[in-house]
Amino acid sequence: MTVESTAARKTTRRSSGTKRTASASPSTTKKTSTRAAAGATEPELVQLLTPEGERVQHPDYDIDLSAEELRGLYRDMVLTRRFDSEATSLQRQGELGLWASLLGQEAAQIGSGRALRDDDYVFPTYREHGVAWCRGVDPTNLLGMFRGVNNGGWDPNSNNFHLYTIVLGSQTLHATGYAMGIAKDGADSAVLAYFGDGASSQGDVNESFVFSAVYNAPVVFFCQNNQWAISEPIEKQTRVPLYQRARGFGFPGVRVDGNDVLACLAVTRSALERARRGEGPTLIEAFTYRMAAHTTSDDPTRYRRDAEREAWEAKDPILRLRAYLENEGHADAAFFEELEAESEALGKQVREVVRAMPVPEHMAMFDNVYADGHALVDEERAQFAAYQASFADGEAE
Amino acid sequence: MAVQKLPLAKALNESLRTALETDPKVVVMGLDVGKLGGVFRITDGLQKDFGEDRVVDTPLAESGIVGTAIGLALRGYRPVVEIQFDGFVFPAYDQIVTQLAKMRARSLGAVKVPVVIRIPYGGGIGAVEHHSESPESLFAHVAGLKVVTPATPSDAYWMLQQAIQSDDPVIFFEPKRRYWDKGELDTEAIPGELHKARVAREGTDLTLVAYGPMVKTCLEAAAAAAEEGKSVEVVDLRSISPIDFDTLQASVEKTRRLVVVHEAPVFFGSGAEIAARITERCFYHLEAPVLRVGGYHAPYPPARLEEEYLPGLDRVLDAVDRSLAY
Repeated sequence: MTVESTAARKTTRRSSGTKRTASASPSTTKKTSTRAAAGATEPELVQLLTPEGERVQHPDYDIDLSAEELRGLYRDMVLTRRFDSEATSLQRQGELGLWASLLGQEAAQIGSGRALRDDDYVFPTYREHGVAWCRGVDPTNLLGMFRGVNNGGWDPNSNNFHLYTIVLGSQTLHATGYAMGIAKDGADSAVLAYFGDGASSQGDVNESFVFSAVYNAPVVFFCQNNQWAISEPIEKQTRVPLYQRARGFGFPGVRVDGNDVLACLAVTRSALERARRGEGPTLIEAFTYRMAAHTTSDDPTRYRRDAEREAWEAKDPILRLRAYLENEGHADAAFFEELEAESEALGKQVREVVRAMPVPEHMAMFDNVYADGHALVDEERAQFAAYQASFADGEAE
Repeated sequence: MAVQKLPLAKALNESLRTALETDPKVVVMGLDVGKLGGVFRITDGLQKDFGEDRVVDTPLAESGIVGTAIGLALRGYRPVVEIQFDGFVFPAYDQIVTQLAKMRARSLGAVKVPVVIRIPYGGGIGAVEHHSESPESLFAHVAGLKVVTPATPSDAYWMLQQAIQSDDPVIFFEPKRRYWDKGELDTEAIPGELHKARVAREGTDLTLVAYGPMVKTCLEAAAAAAEEGKSVEVVDLRSISPIDFDTLQASVEKTRRLVVVHEAPVFFGSGAEIAARITERCFYHLEAPVLRVGGYHAPYPPARLEEEYLPGLDRVLDAVDRSLAY
């Protein structure tokens, strides 16, 4: 399945999808009233590009991008989706043990990721494949942990992109501490910390709000509210829109259309600038949707309705930017064709690299447990080596 | 003045002062470590001399303290964190175990997280609940962490220096009931290795191995045993992860008997690991099974009962007698 074909398929669905949005609402209302209330707060959502691809103005946020920059954002989102779908396929083929798809969250990740400067630092969850792309992390590096050949496996300082963190919310404290360090250094860079609606309930996330507020740390919290924490809907996490929590901690919160790459870029850029000016943290809630399962091990049909997903298909982040590019004449057919080819090449490259990923040497499990060494690790390494060697002797005989 | 006699608490204070003076990346952080100087005054006067940026009073959230310390370490700092009491470390346990301990290995050696976590531990001070615990095994069990505990002012000073200089995370357990015990400190001496055990008293009939607060108890037990004509050697382990088994093995091969003493509950305590390894290493030398003296498998009791719960002189001597009776 190619991205362009996905896009084409979704284009045909879009008009009917819009209708479904309306018809989907009553069923959502039936489920819980809180969910309907969340919908009612939509006027507070910062949007610069409608689901139909129309540019709209917002009094507080604006962005002026060249056609080339717009095409760049589109390219980022398409390639990220292509990479993601390739990874899903690789999991289905048994090449990866697990994959956590970002499908549907491309705008939130590319918009926020492209707001960063090189000297800024990112603390991701385990789903920020699009942000990793923006930071220049080799996408195949992200697959090592999902293939089971390492537990991270890239140098965080090469791209100022920390390792994926699987324990929910832990990284928001690391981000805050890192930002405190930036302030101590007198530098003017900033930190972008990612987490989700589920992790918003974690103590660590709330503690990171407290610490960052108290120390006025240059950190921006980017919460992708994709509506689902595996099977638990957002109303199991909160009784108020998440961005409103920031106020209680003493810093601003803003909800942005997480499927609008322009709005995500504008809002994140503004929050990062604010952090650089020494004005402290901001909480951004990117209102989006997890189109795929939580991971490849998950089965969303057990807990959510197709209608809900279909309603969100009409808000697809890639389709709306494509509509805008086409309507404004910012991209021609050749651009889309070239991108299709580039996207296929990326898929092929990812496939090849993953399949060729070497299984680590047995002894590697003892490596880097400590920086300064540890007598027990040394002893057990030697014992294990001797045990391994005992088989080699047997074979030789 | 290079050689001075001072309490263990003051030696720790001197050590932190030296670290702050010599390494601009050292940051002391925790609850009440600033103006108050910490509830045990270990950081007394440091904020006044080094400022609020170096000696940081933090919000009251242990996970937040350790989690932000990890972030600071990733930025190139060397945070020295104070957890106010042993029983309060658990909100930070997740950060310590899932993040701090594993981060170097996860990055394939690309990053280091040189965080020192100081924890006053152990009982014997008549405190309320959660202020007297000995959770060292819960940290020693975790690969990626180092766990040490000094028993003397000199070790307190030097081991803290070495812990701060280490590129690994170190859990630094301070024997709070020995904070006020005085000893000699030579700040110009050449210190021993951080993870090497120390023979605190030589003997020939039996080895007592202990660490932190129980070293003094064991030395008193050895003195009492000497009056009865028994020659007891005392080994101060100093480091619980890693453990210097070579020094301990050499002692047990000489005395042929070993009693392990710690305040922590015996069940799954460090004594279990020591007994297993020494049995493996010294099987043909042992005249008696390795015996253990420690806390019971019950929550740390109310203060009025702690003397019964903690291994005291008599319980240590009882174990010495039982071992010698084999």
